[in-house]
Amino acid sequence: MKLGVLFSGGKDSTFAAYLAKKEGYQISCLISLISDNKESFMFHTPSIDKTKNQAKVMGIPIIMQQTTGKKEFELSDLKKAIKKAIKKHKIEGIVTGAVESIYQASRIQKICNELNIECFNPLWQKDQFELLEELIKNRFKIIITGVFAYPFNKSWLGKKIDENFIKEIRKLNEKYKINPAGEGGEFESFVTWCPLFKKELKTKPMEINGSGNSWTMEIEIK
Amino acid sequence: MILLINLCKEKLHYYEFVKPVEDILKKNKINFFTKHYKQINENDLDKCNKAIICGTSLKDFEYLKNLEKFNWIKNFDKPLLAICGGMQIIGRFWGSRMRDKVEIGFYKENFQQNFLGMIGEKEVYHLHNQYTIFPRDFTEFTKSEIPQAVKHKTKEIYCVLFHPEVRNKEMIISFANN
Repeated sequence: MKLGVLFSGGKDSTFAAYLAKKEGYQISCLISLISDNKESFMFHTPSIDKTKNQAKVMGIPIIMQQTTGKKEFELSDLKKAIKKAIKKHKIEGIVTGAVESIYQASRIQKICNELNIECFNPLWQKDQFELLEELIKNRFKIIITGVFAYPFNKSWLGKKIDENFIKEIRKLNEKYKINPAGEGGEFESFVTWCPLFKKELKTKPMEINGSGNSWTMEIEIK
Repeated sequence: MILLINLCKEKLHYYEFVKPVEDILKKNKINFFTKHYKQINENDLDKCNKAIICGTSLKDFEYLKNLEKFNWIKNFDKPLLAICGGMQIIGRFWGSRMRDKVEIGFYKENFQQNFLGMIGEKEVYHLHNQYTIFPRDFTEFTKSEIPQAVKHKTKEIYCVLFHPEVRNKEMIISFANN
């Protein structure tokens, strides 16, 4: 079955793509929504435009769809992008990296249902520590590109998700109820290497913005 | 030992519809083994003391073309929990027909009697295009437009249209430990 992956470049959508491939599915395209709205619940991710670099090292075509990010308009933009993927790449289903968000998952399910294609959420309800551990076990290289909750600060930008990260996040989970995999929107990530990549992406910080407990880091691919 | 039944046609859907139920059982130290519905044999039915039929995706109805694989249900005298697609299978065996209704996302349902620990108003996660009208052999537990939770009047067959593995995990634990 040919699938399209709703792709943000972060750990969840990349790991979902990896599982789909591992189970023998053909990933025919990636779909990224570039949102103008920094508050978007659905799509905003720092350095989202760098998904094209990830697509290139995966050797998979990418559809990049601009959206204003206004609530519900962004859903029609997502639908447009999926329609393009159906027409151009003959996909029969969408893969998402949804873990806990009913808001995101149910909206994508509705769109796929209307377009009569399958919707796959292989990380659905997954224990968030188990998710982090599996990323490390499968040699994913991931950096933090945004933090959006207390007690995170600027120093977390660029950190790698590794054993030490899990130790630190475990403490924050116990003390502040931080979702270990950032499912509450506490942080965003960018994958620089995984088994789907033909080579590692070397990054450097380009622009850092924010204050207090909310920071984003735009990256440049070297 | 609980027999967990995978209904999914697509391998990738195992992670979405079966693994979350496995994780709930594992976390609560409840013994189980998982089989795809096409591979269930008499030995599996003998060695389990309960069974759970997991749901599957909105577009997957392949199991309805293979209903003969579920003939064992009529003679199964152990507790059985059937989720979403599983509920449709039970309905078919008791002569019910399916009707169209799309419900996707969180909905409030009112449990008028205790159903595996669910009572009063509860938020449940729906993911279905169709539902089943049940005959009088079954009791409805919710005050809803369509049957959301039913139990056979004399057998321990519990059916839910919603997905308890999402936000209502305690219902699965209650079934497993009851």
